[in-house]
Amino acid sequence: MKQNTNISKAGLGWLLKMALRDGKASWKKLTLFMASIILGIAAVVSIQSFSDNLKRNIALQSKSLMGSDFKIDSNKAPNETVITIMDSLGGVDAREISFISMVVFPNHDGSKLVRVRGIEGNFPFYGKMETVPVTAATNYQIRGTALVDATLMLQFGLKVGDSIKIGNTALPIGGALKSVPGSSSIFSTMAPPVVIPYNFIEPTGLVQTGSRLDYEFYFVAKPETNLNLLNKAIGKRLDIEEVDLDIHTTTSERLGRRYDNFGKFLNLVAFIALLLGCVGIASAVHIYIKEKLRSVAILKCIGATKKQTFLIFLIQIAFVGLLSGIIGTIAGLFLQQVFPMFFQDLLPVEVQITLAPQAIYMGILLGLFMSVLFALYPLIGTIYTSPLQALRIQQDNNSKSTKAGLLVLAIIFGFIFVFAYWLLKDLIYSLVFLIGIIITFSILGGIAHGFMKAIKKYFPHSWGFVARTSLLNLYRPQNQTLILVITIGVGAFLISTLFFSKNLLLAQATIESKTNSANMILLDIQNEQTEQVATTITNNAQKVIDDIPIVTMRINSIKGKTINQIRADSTSTLRRWVLNHEFRATYRDSLITSETLKLGKFTPKVTNTDLVPISISDNLAEDAELNLGDKITFNVQGVLINTEVGSIRLVDWSRMQPNFTVLFPAGVLETAPQFRVLTTHVPNEKASAVLQQELVNKFPNVSILDLRQILNVVEKLLDKIGWIINFMAFFSILTGIIVLMGAVRTSKHQRIKESVLLRTLGAKSHQILKIMALEYTYLGVIGSLTGVLLSLVGSQLLALWIFETPFTPSIIPFVVIFPCIALLVLAIGMANSRSVIKNSPLEVLRKENS
Amino acid sequence: MAKILNVKNLEKSYFSGSKKLTILKNISFSVEAQDTFAIVGPSGSGKTTILGLCAGLDQPDSGAVELCSIEMGKLSEDERAQLRNQKVGFIFQDFQLLPTLTALENVAVPLELQGDKQAIKKAIELLEKVGLADRLHHYPSQLSGGEQQRVALARAFSNNPTILFADEPTGNLDAETGEKVIQLLFDLNKELGTTLVIVTHNIELAQRTNHILKLKGGSIIENTKLV
Repeated sequence: MKQNTNISKAGLGWLLKMALRDGKASWKKLTLFMASIILGIAAVVSIQSFSDNLKRNIALQSKSLMGSDFKIDSNKAPNETVITIMDSLGGVDAREISFISMVVFPNHDGSKLVRVRGIEGNFPFYGKMETVPVTAATNYQIRGTALVDATLMLQFGLKVGDSIKIGNTALPIGGALKSVPGSSSIFSTMAPPVVIPYNFIEPTGLVQTGSRLDYEFYFVAKPETNLNLLNKAIGKRLDIEEVDLDIHTTTSERLGRRYDNFGKFLNLVAFIALLLGCVGIASAVHIYIKEKLRSVAILKCIGATKKQTFLIFLIQIAFVGLLSGIIGTIAGLFLQQVFPMFFQDLLPVEVQITLAPQAIYMGILLGLFMSVLFALYPLIGTIYTSPLQALRIQQDNNSKSTKAGLLVLAIIFGFIFVFAYWLLKDLIYSLVFLIGIIITFSILGGIAHGFMKAIKKYFPHSWGFVARTSLLNLYRPQNQTLILVITIGVGAFLISTLFFSKNLLLAQATIESKTNSANMILLDIQNEQTEQVATTITNNAQKVIDDIPIVTMRINSIKGKTINQIRADSTSTLRRWVLNHEFRATYRDSLITSETLKLGKFTPKVTNTDLVPISISDNLAEDAELNLGDKITFNVQGVLINTEVGSIRLVDWSRMQPNFTVLFPAGVLETAPQFRVLTTHVPNEKASAVLQQELVNKFPNVSILDLRQILNVVEKLLDKIGWIINFMAFFSILTGIIVLMGAVRTSKHQRIKESVLLRTLGAKSHQILKIMALEYTYLGVIGSLTGVLLSLVGSQLLALWIFETPFTPSIIPFVVIFPCIALLVLAIGMANSRSVIKNSPLEVLRKENS
Repeated sequence: MAKILNVKNLEKSYFSGSKKLTILKNISFSVEAQDTFAIVGPSGSGKTTILGLCAGLDQPDSGAVELCSIEMGKLSEDERAQLRNQKVGFIFQDFQLLPTLTALENVAVPLELQGDKQAIKKAIELLEKVGLADRLHHYPSQLSGGEQQRVALARAFSNNPTILFADEPTGNLDAETGEKVIQLLFDLNKELGTTLVIVTHNIELAQRTNHILKLKGGSIIENTKLV
């Protein structure tokens, strides 16, 4: 024999034939684990493909998004140098001044915070301004009309021809503005766009000291212009002048990245659904292969090698995985078609769905790899199956298969890490994701295991027959307790965590309804207007809560280096925004509730202004690389003020109130040019509308932020995002259900045997029914309760580390999510066990045998 | 006649938890080519264990098994599988047909493993020989016990084995069906010139062979040549 070691003459063809023959008879069992992975693949592919499409559409429509090839923008009027640079580029093709302001609709007694965009020239040069009527977009500059955001017109019942008052100017509305390059739909909800001719800006009287204006100059490049080279050539020169050059491709890339991050997050949620499916596969294949071990032993008896028997079932699983990958991918491609219907409002472009090849390859390969990977451990069992099993002699091969099992586990974790890295492109995040998965699965597995051990140890012998038998079922041989607790638990954990996180986000934005907390902020009040505005507020039976002075300034030098020296220093790692930013600082003699001192000592008041000890926020300290005692010179509208960092504060930016990066002590800025911010509390919408109306009429330059309205918008936005996340979590639950169905079905044969035996011994149907119902109740309750409790801990950690906000858990997951999932488990378990209860013992046995 | 199976000083024990159970002690015997050989003894006497060791399904703790002049202990598991495929046929008490394969496919498998292109044709002929021409495409679950054992017989003879091991071949059949199957087994054995080793506790069946090995408690208590 040694001389002839050509082990078997049957080749790949025979293996395929055997895999097909066996698979034909087992297809029902195989479809179940196909279903568990199809959903996960569909979820991953739909998100991946949609993200790809979105990125592609953003890139394709980059010019339409900007409306031009490139633009120069600044928050101050261009100086001589900038004008010379613009002239050298062939002159400006269109210009725009925009700002946030209140507008009034005189005929409708309404006022609203909007973004006013004064445009001159044929902007947009790419894409189009969509209006109703269509002609309004082309003739508004000639006819001197305003184009008002279409939703806003609907809200206020405005018609073409109605009047809109912006500052001191009133214009007729020329048309409803449906879309315009440069106004994305998310931000339009906060401050919808109103487009007016450029020459109407000045007469509004809103362009004055302290006004926050954006100047934009649009250019159409010559076809031969290389925009990247142009950016390199003049970008730095413009930087020195505190002006930005944006070319359409980089802007769209930036936008793409922003959406990409959300896509990555969703992809992880989908990936968890897929992992859950894979746990289902491992469980289903485990049972499937266990049933096949006798066949494996017989095949070995009649001469098949270890490799051949292993390959027969590997081919089957690989084929099923491939097929699942293909079906899942097709389902995912269909699924992505519905996405735009639900969240087009959140997207910057209209997404044209096309086939994304990368997502297709990924889906199919993922189906194949994940199936094989997760089936590998049970499949290894075929290698260690002794042919002796055909002769009724069992042998133990535990040590060999444990080693192989650990190896497979390492490969699985490796794959999860690599895939997460492929999605996130960040080693640390991928590692955190992997560790998170391991911890969650381990805790759930540990709890299931501990529960089984606890039942064994503290078995309630005094309980009645039904309750005892149902408990016994949880740890009988081939029980599904572990797998079910994990799948149910992960599903409940996901849904519940998403719910808690959404609440956390909303809680951060929620304004307390106490009368002493502000819910209306009045911005841009000129110093001399302050008293009159305050009087208007008090006349309306409200009181002024805060009166905050604002002084605008820029950094002139940091630690003795001027900002231009820092800009020129290629080794400087200081964040660029610090150099270009116009700081809105305030002064006061105490810290407020949203501030806590992190380092140093806060100086309330100074008399000597030679070196002012200021307080900066910790994010500024980090970005500007500042420590206590470091010197900063500020340019306060022409006057240089020397300061040193006296203290560093932690600021809770999530509080809806004016917060500051730079805080001066009292005694320095009192005489500097400044404007004020007043805050008040209005009890209801009606009072808010009345006050707003009066303020806008009297002080057109004052912008009013109604926090209640903003919160509404935030809530709607979160609802929408929450919907998408829930949609993804739904896949996890659905996968969990399929895994559950699979688990119930795989143990069905054993249950039937037991039930027949019990019935033969005299058990009544309702007793068997109760045993099963109790068993599924235990599983449902343990799984979902553990999941919800885990999510409570997880959300607490999220609140502590990510959202940095106190966490008051909602009761909803406990009273809704937990019982619903437990009931679902019970319903599915019972529905799949009907045949055990409904038919007579003989009938059942006959059915099962055939 | 040449010795087809030569067993020398076999010892075998298994562990049940931490307890060592000795199954076979100092077993030696040989079987000649075309002989019919019965191993008998009460339950737990080690009959099936001997069969497993003789067919190379397991390795002894000590001693040697020579099958067709090849010492099994020197072969790897896969080489032993190949030897079984070429030289050995099996019949089991509970038939051990592959449940997901039809009768025809079950019989064809050993031939296909040898790469025989005529596997299906030969399998049909064998099934016709055992009287199952009309049951070719039935799955085991669609056949009666007697029919299943006849398929197992056809499969056992399909690779034209030198030696055929039968483990309680009638253990799961009623007397009448069992008799028919045994008759068929002996007829095929005679026709094809195979060596037959039967493990049974049925003395009547054992007496139809020409050599009986009696076991008790893992040791040989009698080794009788009848003819």
